[in-house]
Amino acid sequence: MKQYLLSIYQPSDSPPPPPEMLDPIMRRIHELQTDMKDAGVLMFTGGLHPPSTATVVRATPAEMLITDGPFIEGKEHLGGFLIIQVADLDQALAWAKKLAAIVLTLSIEVRPFQNVGA
Amino acid sequence: MNSVARASIEKIFREEYGRAVAVLTRKCGNIDDAQEAVQDAFAEALQRWAANGLPPSPRGWIVTTAIHRAIDRHRREATREQRYSFAAADTHDSIELDEESAVRDDQLRLMFTCCHPSLGTSAQVALTLRLIGGLETAEIAHAFLVPEATIAQRVVRAKAKIRDAGVPYRVPQPADLGERLNAVLAVIYLIYSEGYKASAGEQLTRASVSTEAMRLGRTLLELLPNEAEVLGLLALMLLNESRRETRVNAVGELVLLADQDRNRWNHTLIAEGLLLIEECRRRNRWGPYQLQAAIAAEHMRAADAAATDWSAIKAYYDQLMALAPTPIVAMNRAVAIAEVDGPTEALGVLDQHPLPSFYLFHAIRADFLQRCGRAQDAVAAYDEAICLADNAVERDFLKRKRARLL
Repeated sequence: MKQYLLSIYQPSDSPPPPPEMLDPIMRRIHELQTDMKDAGVLMFTGGLHPPSTATVVRATPAEMLITDGPFIEGKEHLGGFLIIQVADLDQALAWAKKLAAIVLTLSIEVRPFQNVGA
Repeated sequence: MNSVARASIEKIFREEYGRAVAVLTRKCGNIDDAQEAVQDAFAEALQRWAANGLPPSPRGWIVTTAIHRAIDRHRREATREQRYSFAAADTHDSIELDEESAVRDDQLRLMFTCCHPSLGTSAQVALTLRLIGGLETAEIAHAFLVPEATIAQRVVRAKAKIRDAGVPYRVPQPADLGERLNAVLAVIYLIYSEGYKASAGEQLTRASVSTEAMRLGRTLLELLPNEAEVLGLLALMLLNESRRETRVNAVGELVLLADQDRNRWNHTLIAEGLLLIEECRRRNRWGPYQLQAAIAAEHMRAADAAATDWSAIKAYYDQLMALAPTPIVAMNRAVAIAEVDGPTEALGVLDQHPLPSFYLFHAIRADFLQRCGRAQDAVAAYDEAICLADNAVERDFLKRKRARLL
């Protein structure tokens, strides 16, 4: 089995959709997560607060720097992620497609984890 | 026994490479080990065949020997973590050659892996030519006019992604087969086109990529005989190929289809292409490649340009627009409309789907304008086309057309 990180990227400059649009989306994401749990696929999932809430920590030999985040200001940012465990990339992509169909037009990045035991 | 020249051994290995790597990838569980094993078999063939002559079945010998060498390597490296999956292949004697159907599945699996949608197009092309076609990276680089290091890096990266991202070595599920097959067809046609668009100076060196693409098409048809679009793609390549020699004249100038010497078309290729189209017609499951091939077939069937059945061609373009409505298809459909309904009608249709950065769009537009009697507008359109043309042969052709208007 392999583990994959499914990252949901969303635009930084547009406000989140109003509740009447967002609520059904969140409900469907929740249903998908339930399906993933039932299939024994879901390892972890979480949505993130906006990048403006981030703090960056960086050490140099001289000092420990703590700055207001985010680390990278981008046109898009990581909005949330899931970690799934499946047999291969095709299965990971199949779940990613289901997620993409719910969050319509947002990009889902699928990345394999290193060194997961067989 | 007759000794065998190195060149003949190389030729046989080139032809058998994709098949052997496909089988070995299943046996070894990864592409790198499979390639290494086939390379080992090649080194052994260079010694044995050169001394003792060809074995009764070179094809079987290559796979069997590669499996032996893979097992040898596995034994030498057995202390390392388990990397192979030779479950039953314990001794050399226990190796039995696989059923031909299993080998076919291996070849299909490797094709679908090379053309996996998670790989970029340039990686799909390089990987397909390297692993299925058995071309060396230097040959691929030469054909695509890029540095060898670029191709080598693409192949290495693509193989690393297949390994690390867990791209499965599998024929897609029936639900995904159509879409995934389209990717394979697109890669083969891209390879073909790369060799076809080569200008006069590079004709000889790059035509070989087209030959390779047709070989891939034939292999794919053997593997998936029921897929009508595979028939269509092969027919399209054969029919295009039949005109290769006549597309450019003795002084390297572009010759339009209407002006080509039809006696010099390759009639063996045309006959084969037309036969494939008849089969497509019989199956009646038209797709974009079949329709494009059917359009080419209409051109090839005509005794001369004037005898071309443009109504039939327009009808095929109508179908193509319904299935794959791209601006390029719309543009080519306008050309058929010009012949059937006249240039004024065609100009209106053409302008509905503008392709402002494509030289051919402006060249076709110029031609329509000229036929409408708008010489000045035609000159301006040729100017646009000349600016955008991407090789010297095309540019010279357009300049000559433009000069005739002044």
